[in-house]
Amino acid sequence: MQTTEALKHTESSTIPPATKDWTEVIEPRTSLLDLRLGDVWRYRDLVMMFVKRDFVSTYKQTILGPLWFFIQPLLTTITFIIVFSRVANLSTDGLPPVVFYLAGITVWSYFSVTLTTVSTVFVANAAIFGKVYFPRLTMPVSIVVSNMVRFLIQFGLFLAIWLFYVVRGGTTIQPNWVIALTPILLIMMGLMSLGLGMIFSALTTKYRDLAMLLTFGIQLLMYATPIIYPLSSIQGEIYGISYKSIILANPMSSIVETFKYGFLGSGAFNWGYLGYSAAFTVAILLIGTIIFNKVEKSFTDTV
Amino acid sequence: MSNIAIRVEDLGKQYRLGEIGTGTLSHDLNRWWSKMRGKEDPFAKVGEANDRTKKGNSDYVWALRDVNFDVKAGEVLGIIGRNGAGKSTLLKILSKVTAPTTGRIKIQGRIASLLEVGTGFHPDLTGRENVYLNGAILGMSKSEISRKFDEIVDFSGVERYIDTPVKRYSSGMYVRLAFAVSAFLEPEILIVDEVLAVGDAEFQKKCLGRMEDVSKNDGRTILFVSHNMAAVSNLCTSTIFMRNGTLQSMGPTDKIIEEYISYGKFNTGQVLAEDIQFTRRCTKASFEEISIISNGEITSSVDIKNEVIVEMNYRVLVDGAMVYPSIHVLDNMATCILATFPAKSATIGVDEFYGKPLRKGLYKSRVVIPGSFLNEKTYSISAFLVPEDAADMEIAEEVLSFSVTDTGEMRKEYGGDWWGLIRPKMAWSTERVS
Repeated sequence: MQTTEALKHTESSTIPPATKDWTEVIEPRTSLLDLRLGDVWRYRDLVMMFVKRDFVSTYKQTILGPLWFFIQPLLTTITFIIVFSRVANLSTDGLPPVVFYLAGITVWSYFSVTLTTVSTVFVANAAIFGKVYFPRLTMPVSIVVSNMVRFLIQFGLFLAIWLFYVVRGGTTIQPNWVIALTPILLIMMGLMSLGLGMIFSALTTKYRDLAMLLTFGIQLLMYATPIIYPLSSIQGEIYGISYKSIILANPMSSIVETFKYGFLGSGAFNWGYLGYSAAFTVAILLIGTIIFNKVEKSFTDTV
Repeated sequence: MSNIAIRVEDLGKQYRLGEIGTGTLSHDLNRWWSKMRGKEDPFAKVGEANDRTKKGNSDYVWALRDVNFDVKAGEVLGIIGRNGAGKSTLLKILSKVTAPTTGRIKIQGRIASLLEVGTGFHPDLTGRENVYLNGAILGMSKSEISRKFDEIVDFSGVERYIDTPVKRYSSGMYVRLAFAVSAFLEPEILIVDEVLAVGDAEFQKKCLGRMEDVSKNDGRTILFVSHNMAAVSNLCTSTIFMRNGTLQSMGPTDKIIEEYISYGKFNTGQVLAEDIQFTRRCTKASFEEISIISNGEITSSVDIKNEVIVEMNYRVLVDGAMVYPSIHVLDNMATCILATFPAKSATIGVDEFYGKPLRKGLYKSRVVIPGSFLNEKTYSISAFLVPEDAADMEIAEEVLSFSVTDTGEMRKEYGGDWWGLIRPKMAWSTERVS
């Protein structure tokens, strides 16, 4: 101890601390808003590397390889057609069920898969996070990006089937200018799932219950989103609140409806609804980033 | 005027013991409530120095407490200490893997840490892909990795398999490739944990050599944590000795290693008769006290170059008894590596009392195990008192143990694993025959 004290004194006498500027200071707690987003940008190569890893590793040693990107939505669509359209006789707003369901599934699976994956970031990467520092935000961001690429591939499938119906004619499909909003919808969904996922991932480090909640919660949430039914078919009310407003309280609803409106011409497009979703996205993203950053500093002690 | 690369100020880290998940919510709420009322954190006050051997009264423990030190730029600093001394916690905080509870660390320069090699290696990716991924995780940009790619592959020596998924690699190849990526990092400050404990001897030497290169030629600052005193002694200019979460001392490597070794003397190195679990007692004589002495002190921790003296105090109970002592030295697998007793033909010099009838009284026998003879291991001693009737022998099995530490005396040329139960210096010569 004496040695260090002595050392300290001599050093501080030669270098006045005030004039020394440190590259970095590691401290117990920094301000809530110190988000270090610049760090994430500096590690952008790492984000792309993670994206590449996700793709290469997912379909390695599978026979069908990238074909799985198409098989998943197709099989789900077929199931939906049989169960909801044929058996349950639910309305598809007069649209061909294939296009109707595929539109919903493509959009929804982007949101739900991103959310579920982001929400396990801390627990799934505990080993690597415990050994080396890199901005933890790169991990959820890379998940959003790689799911976006996956979405684009599946979106291609949707486009092909949609074009087939449009060109053939004879359906009520009426594409319109709202299609131009698609990139914005995509970004909104990405950021919303990122924000929500980060909140969940941060809280799961301490309370694992949330992981359970999320797994089935997200399945239930699909029924509160106009995926398997058009919003227009919703009627009735409970305790004076219409079911429609409950569905619209779900920020994903207006995004899905806008998407369907643009491509299929049926659905509810409303700037107010969309604005609500956008505001929700911004808020949840901000909260998520703050919580995530707070937890990343000490989560290795609790996981 | 020297330049400070790292300044650690009043650093502390508190951990919560026991099962996390039970009662954390109530603690969290409690904490939040006191914070709201402007009071101190109710759980921050409790906690004590980190001594694993004692059972604490509180659920909170300080893994690090009030640690202060400076590291000069270009210095190679060793960090030593027994398990649980806080070395790893210190490294984790320095690597920003976890945040400190108190204090701060100021850093001048880019920092990279190697707490493990091959972090983030994905088994399904090829060697090439993993080099890029691992490099990026360690903070290199893609172009930086591309520039060094050939050097990395060359250093690792797995060129042939670079496009094969790493899950098909042998563990040796895996480690080689992983270390190679780390070896070509170019931060101003490098933090290295005991990553050298892996890989074969040749590769270990290569790694140590590379680290020496980096520090000497490139003038970079290195923090090196290791149990391998030989490596610390060879690489580090100064060393920190951590104990129970605090900084015990800091200074020139040789001095600190000596202190670290001599610290063992407070543990054992000596045992009294009442504490011995005898396998069998003798009717004619009995042990009173057995000690291990090295470098003039009773100790359980020995420098490899020093003699180890086993000293036995025993009382002869019957006049005229012909009793002599004997010891066995066992390795850590309880294999007896040598047995010795004071017979004329089996000793250096003559033990006057051997083979003679002894008068009642207290006797002291000493046996010297030469220095530079045992290997770097933990050994134990079994002690015997042998009367004429061997069935009446006193047996104290594995009564004391001591660890031999290599301080670098025999490690000038080789840093890897040294096989063998013993490690005497041998005479070697070579001549050119034709």
